[in-house]
Amino acid sequence: MRMLWWQNIPLFLIVAPLMGAVVCSALKEKAARGVMTALSALTVCGMALVLAFTAARQESCVYPMGEVGAPFGNELRFGAVEGIAGLGFSLVILLSVLGGWRSLTRDVPENKRHLYAAMVCLLTAAMSAMVFTNDLFTAYVFIEITTIASCALISATDHGRTLFGAARYMLMNLLGSGLFLLGVSTLYCLTGHLLFPQLQESVKDLLDRDKYLTPLYLSFVLMTLGIAIKSALYPFHTWLPNAYASTTPTSSALLSSLISKMYIFLLIKIFFRAAGAQVFDRDIRNFLLGFAVAGMVLGSVDAIVERHLSRMVAYSSVAQIGYIFLGISLGTEAGMAAALFHMLVHAAAKCMLFLSAGKLREVSGMGDGFRDVRGAGFRAPLAGAAFAAGACSLVGVPLLGGFPSKIYLAQAGIALGGWRMGVVLAALAVSTALHVMYMLRTAVLLYAGDGDARRPEKSPLRKDPCFTAAMLALLGLNVLLGIGSRPIMEAILQGIALFS
Amino acid sequence: MKKKADPFRALKSWIENGDDALDLEIQEEMDDEATPALTEEAGRKREKKKRDPVRARRRLEGGYAVAAVLVCLALIGALVYAALQLPAFGGADTLVDSEVSAFYVENTLKETGAVNIVTGIILDYRGFDTLGESHVLFIAVCTVLLLLSIRGDKNADRIAREEAFDRHFEPRDDEVLQGAARILTPLVLVFGLYIIANGHLSPGGGFSGGAILGAGLILYQNAFGYRKTERFFTYRTFKWVSLASLLFYSLAKGYHFFTGANHLENGISPGTAGNILSGGLLLPLNFVVGCVVACTMYALYTMFRKGDF
Repeated sequence: MRMLWWQNIPLFLIVAPLMGAVVCSALKEKAARGVMTALSALTVCGMALVLAFTAARQESCVYPMGEVGAPFGNELRFGAVEGIAGLGFSLVILLSVLGGWRSLTRDVPENKRHLYAAMVCLLTAAMSAMVFTNDLFTAYVFIEITTIASCALISATDHGRTLFGAARYMLMNLLGSGLFLLGVSTLYCLTGHLLFPQLQESVKDLLDRDKYLTPLYLSFVLMTLGIAIKSALYPFHTWLPNAYASTTPTSSALLSSLISKMYIFLLIKIFFRAAGAQVFDRDIRNFLLGFAVAGMVLGSVDAIVERHLSRMVAYSSVAQIGYIFLGISLGTEAGMAAALFHMLVHAAAKCMLFLSAGKLREVSGMGDGFRDVRGAGFRAPLAGAAFAAGACSLVGVPLLGGFPSKIYLAQAGIALGGWRMGVVLAALAVSTALHVMYMLRTAVLLYAGDGDARRPEKSPLRKDPCFTAAMLALLGLNVLLGIGSRPIMEAILQGIALFS
Repeated sequence: MKKKADPFRALKSWIENGDDALDLEIQEEMDDEATPALTEEAGRKREKKKRDPVRARRRLEGGYAVAAVLVCLALIGALVYAALQLPAFGGADTLVDSEVSAFYVENTLKETGAVNIVTGIILDYRGFDTLGESHVLFIAVCTVLLLLSIRGDKNADRIAREEAFDRHFEPRDDEVLQGAARILTPLVLVFGLYIIANGHLSPGGGFSGGAILGAGLILYQNAFGYRKTERFFTYRTFKWVSLASLLFYSLAKGYHFFTGANHLENGISPGTAGNILSGGLLLPLNFVVGCVVACTMYALYTMFRKGDF
């Protein structure tokens, strides 16, 4: 079968950023920044093209990496779901790099910024590869790249606290990678395959013959556990606040909106493409549901107790990751679609929250305790508005992304019926109430007082057109997800039909 | 009592006045509650409570350690239990029907020209993984540069300190080391090149050969110091060799993937199996991987030692 021209795009979306990263590492700061921004913009365009073509043709394609395809060589696979996820992820990269670079020039020393740009390029490549790959081991290789890159992104800010956070992050994430690798090798030992379609066949065969069930289940448990640790599902989230809150805003935005979501997307692929419905049965799902609900509630409780802006936003990530796992754990197509949609919503909102929190900190004398940022909304109007909008979106105020996504999650729960419906609805209600308590409280706090109390003498708020543009784009994105949720959801559902 | 009628009082005053006010309110509330019942016993209880946090924390940490050990033991138990149930290595029912390994054994020599099948698999059939893997090395060295490099650092003190520190520990003109290095370094380097060049014919290849090359460079540097190494290996060398190698790797593999997927003629022939100049792209790919690995090894060494080349 001859490839159509656009089917080559994913290959270039992986190879071009890899080469860009190498080039960036040899350039000076300005040129490296240009290369990085151009590549992220190109990735956005490429992802949009992939999405447009796959959605229009309503099919998913397989792209062999070399002359020999599956099951002997590597393979890429892409359809509407991959297109949507990739588009969302690449937008996050572009906007957080645009919006946060000014703060980054303050946090990262000049002789290291070109390396930071290289890291962002590598992250872009790893994102494309993880979204498109149809091969378990390739996914692991790019997990490695992502892990190292994210450690570098955190520790680029040269403070003691950041390094502490980065070290903790690294230890926990390496543990996650190790567990994942153990799972992959156990599975390979049982099936002799690494590509998803063949894996699914062999797993089905093993289940039918009733052989090696313990190691088989264990391998999936290990992979799930590894990814749960790396994406900060509730009891494994202790590395998160220090890592997210102590570094430069771009890094926080990338870590929370991109990196943890990439891992979850991979987990969805593993569940639905490699394991198949039989392995991912009721018990595992109920187990995951328990963790998800715990995260939704207890993550919010942690956030309520917190007294620092960026640490609070970081803890709210734990709750939001709980939402996504809730959707996955329902095990239905509607649940998975809701999880994917919530992934996009959370990425858009969290990126905006972290970037604006960085700006609010800047106008409050570099402190982001609640007492420093009182009235900061008056000192930095756009950042304040963006923070308020992001907070409202996560709470679930209509017209913003969080509202439809909560409705979809609830609908998926209701369709399931039984006690799980009750659990889903109760968890959503409690978590939303808790979100109101800390998110809206903080949004109000930003507009308390007259705002002049802590205005720094020399205003650091120079004109920053990139930040303005990124914030406006993110605001637009959140509203788009809020009012245009139906076509997006339809595209996701269509893609899911072709997914497994 | 009247004060308590408004449950949001604390919140409101905190929004208006900030954290200090909240602390004050909470203190007041606690006093309100405590005052009526402040008998002697309650007073003692309160004192106990005040000391408690430290002890409670210690108890928590102890419990945490015990729980961690238990979780680890449980995980080990589960893993060992599952590993015992894995198919025996080389057993009768161990993947005899694995079409993948059969395909590799049958076709690797014919299609890629690699006598060493492993090289054929990692650089050809699963070349995408290896492309990622070689960038793992690159990203590792970039991260170390980001953390430890003092090149271009504005802080003159830090540079001076690192220099002084390094001079203190550097072996100065150690005759035994220099004599050994004078003999060993050329041998090590040639051996590394040999392993890289024969990667597609015999065990070895870019990764192992590159590690040997890197070790040779480190040995020379250790014996003769920065001044002499700088004659042939500086930061610029490192930068340009890594850049050229990785770009060539990505371009070559990109071309290979592109032509392969589109079923185009790629003009690369596997050549006569067994010759040094055979195996199509395998030899140049092994060579660039070797360069990347050698540069990475040496860069990691210098970064951890002084933070500069």
